[in-house]
Amino acid sequence: MSLHTLTIAGLRAKLQTGEVSAQEVTQALLDRIQAVDGQLKAYLWMNPEDALAQAAAVDPKNGGLLAGIPIAIKDVLNVAGQPCTCGSKILKGFTSVYDAHVITRLKQAGAVLLGRTNMDEFAMGSSTENSSWGVTHNPWDLERIPGGSSGGSAACVAGDEAIASLGSDTGGSIRQPAAVTGCVGLKPTYGRVSRYGLVAFASSLDQVGPFTKTVADAATMLRVIAGHDKRDSTSVPKPVPEYAIAGGVKGLRLGLPKEYFIAGMDREVEAAVRAAIKQLESLGAEIVEISLPHTEYAVAVYYLIATAEASANLARFDGVRYGARVRGEDVTEMYAKTRGAGFGPEVKRRIILGTYALSAGYYDAYYLRAQKVRTLIRQDFEKAFQKCDAIVTPTTAEVAFKIGEKSADPLKMYLCDIFTISCNLAGNCGVSVPCGFSQKLPVGLQILGKAFDEETILRVAHAYEQSTDWHKQRPAF
Amino acid sequence: MDYEAVIGLEVHIQLKTRTKVFCGCATDAGTGPNTRVCPVCLGHPGVLPVMNETAVRKTILAGLMIGCEISRFSKWDRKNYFYPDMPKNYQVSQYDLPLCLGGRVGKVGITRIHLEEDVAKSFHFETTSGVDFNRAGTPLMEIVSEPDMRTAQEAFDYMTALKEIMISGGISDCDMEKGQLRCDCNVSVRPVGQKQFGQKIEIKNMNSISGVKRALEYEIPRQINAVSKGEKLQQETRRWDDDAGKTFLMRTKEYAHDYRYFPEPDLMPVVVDDALLTEIRGLLPELPEAKRQRFVQQYGLPEYDAGVLVASAALANFFEKAAGKNAKAAANWIMTVSDITASPIQPEHIAELVAVIEAGQISGKQGKDVFAEMLAAGKSPAVIIKEKGLAQVSDTGAIEAFAEQALAANPKFVADYKAGNLAAVNALVGQVMKLSKGKANPQLVNGILLRKLQGS
Repeated sequence: MSLHTLTIAGLRAKLQTGEVSAQEVTQALLDRIQAVDGQLKAYLWMNPEDALAQAAAVDPKNGGLLAGIPIAIKDVLNVAGQPCTCGSKILKGFTSVYDAHVITRLKQAGAVLLGRTNMDEFAMGSSTENSSWGVTHNPWDLERIPGGSSGGSAACVAGDEAIASLGSDTGGSIRQPAAVTGCVGLKPTYGRVSRYGLVAFASSLDQVGPFTKTVADAATMLRVIAGHDKRDSTSVPKPVPEYAIAGGVKGLRLGLPKEYFIAGMDREVEAAVRAAIKQLESLGAEIVEISLPHTEYAVAVYYLIATAEASANLARFDGVRYGARVRGEDVTEMYAKTRGAGFGPEVKRRIILGTYALSAGYYDAYYLRAQKVRTLIRQDFEKAFQKCDAIVTPTTAEVAFKIGEKSADPLKMYLCDIFTISCNLAGNCGVSVPCGFSQKLPVGLQILGKAFDEETILRVAHAYEQSTDWHKQRPAF
Repeated sequence: MDYEAVIGLEVHIQLKTRTKVFCGCATDAGTGPNTRVCPVCLGHPGVLPVMNETAVRKTILAGLMIGCEISRFSKWDRKNYFYPDMPKNYQVSQYDLPLCLGGRVGKVGITRIHLEEDVAKSFHFETTSGVDFNRAGTPLMEIVSEPDMRTAQEAFDYMTALKEIMISGGISDCDMEKGQLRCDCNVSVRPVGQKQFGQKIEIKNMNSISGVKRALEYEIPRQINAVSKGEKLQQETRRWDDDAGKTFLMRTKEYAHDYRYFPEPDLMPVVVDDALLTEIRGLLPELPEAKRQRFVQQYGLPEYDAGVLVASAALANFFEKAAGKNAKAAANWIMTVSDITASPIQPEHIAELVAVIEAGQISGKQGKDVFAEMLAAGKSPAVIIKEKGLAQVSDTGAIEAFAEQALAANPKFVADYKAGNLAAVNALVGQVMKLSKGKANPQLVNGILLRKLQGS
């Protein structure tokens, strides 16, 4: 059996018995990357010698939950001594001086960090086409996008170039690429995982989460990265459960929001999702109709709040202290030239949008109003969760589109996140799990949960996954 | 037409905390540029702020000291503008919900106090510039006053009083040379009697309290002169040049910043509960009025003396250490100089001085000489008395001997006394004092002579 195709659970069994060594596993992944990344272009940076040295240093028999497991990291998380470009020219040449909290946790658990994966610049996008460093390809169809913004992290897991990976999700950037590449993608509750070391896009929405091949692996990854960190004031000091996912769905009430089955949806996608819901019902779940009435405002609210926060978060990239610098006659010109040359068009568009939304005379009409509607969206979920234990929806309205297909129309691109954005605005958790195919391309089922109730959505996702074999299907590229 | 100025001040005070407001870096000056920095205060990608609780507590204490209402719920905001001394190109500050509201310092009302992070320092060389981030992230408290001052002197007095209060509460050292106390000034002029304010002009870059006074002494007549010539002043920001003794235009209203404040998503709001407020109230140093009353009661001082002594916390502390057994006498000595705390004199030495005079060891007149020496050199009364050989002879044996000598040598005075001229004893006292070279205790001499005259 090829080691690179295994899951965390499968590899751990072999590593713990000594059937394989951590170096053999890492070498297998390095070989796989060598063989296929020329086609997928999931990785931006790697250091094979370092990866093998990490593998040599772990003892899988006495190690943590991820001892000897090769994992890929989205280029938005700081790893001391490694580059961190966030997919942007403006951070060309920048080397991180510290480890993000989640990186410290992975290292403590014995993970082998394979390399850094491609992404939309500063996590702004749904296709990874906005990277300064080129396009990543979907393993199911190399002419198609792998989703975004964590497209590299999704493609490398779907293409067996990593056993698992970390991404970040601000409006769907883990769940949407997981759905369109056929892997499991989890966005934890806001505050569940420390953001320390995650380069901020929209601070009140960002969360770090895993891409895995199975739901059980996602639970393992979450156990490793979740928990309070005093360096992130928004991380919550709640104990981290063991994420028992084997309980089945019998007796669970699953809410079906009528607003999430929209006109213009891909028919086969809708059919796959409805079939999945039927399947859950047959496994013993009770399906209840619910309403999330403010869903239609979510995209508008998101693009005001996220861009407003981004306009401040990205102000530090100015050429003064680190990253790329373009000289100017004075400091103002240096700023303009550096940022003009360093940022791509989508990032500029969002900075301008966010700056405008916060400007004197517009703040009340845009930012403040958006915050009020955000509260209504959060209340929608609170009310809905009085009637159900989790919510089931499609992750996306359509399958992976062709590279270049939506590049000319930002608004069309923004609508890719229509089903995932509300969850970030409300701050609760969500997972996407493979639920079939449309045009031979993966479709994702999204399960949304209450704040800090990752256990329930993982349980539902696991029960569904185990009753199907979608997750066992691998792309043949 | 007579004009008056309307002045409001924004005073920035660096808090005395061990570490910076959002990271663990020390707040001292460091051992060179950029030696007190970390990824957080350098604004590296991915870092997050963590609030320094001591900074919040000190701001609350400062607020309580000047009678502010403490907000039970306040929050952080981002103030956005680009400048090389701003690591993130936004400053974490407090916009619409500051920690403290209201309050008063003397006749000047306080609008608000908020907490924010200080910026770095820029240095300009021949062809390049550099930034030292050691100061970036130092907790900085901004105290905004109401437009309650009318003269440069009132602004000077307000800042002096504010500085005194902040030092006494341990809030800040207010060392202006180190930039721990800085000030921006809003000033306008209007005809006396007019209620409406004139056009407000902001002055920046005053590096000392006297600099604020000088700037206003320049700026107020400049504005009055312009307005009385019929000029219409524009809203603008001016820079004080202390060397030139003038203010210069920095920017006009069109170039005013739009700071695009919005709530800081990386920090939780600051919630002040009863327990915290009670705890901080317990740390509140005694306010001047309460102290004045206590001085009257505890030390039996006249109201006037108490008022003089509590004018500064340092003077009041000095007095309390000097009070000893005769507080009024100690107060008298202290009040003979304009600021005794500026001299090398030790308060305990005042108590000693009062005691030696009361004990008759030296005379009151000698006491003045001793005090002058104490002020000049900071020595103790005992040392000065010894060095100058001032001690009064209170040894009755020695005085008896001098008395016998004087009586024997002056039979005429003895006869006069016995004849009923009681004042003749004064002449005899004079003789004894002469014999003792002025060191005998005059009261003892008097007693001994009387006893001898009456007994013989």
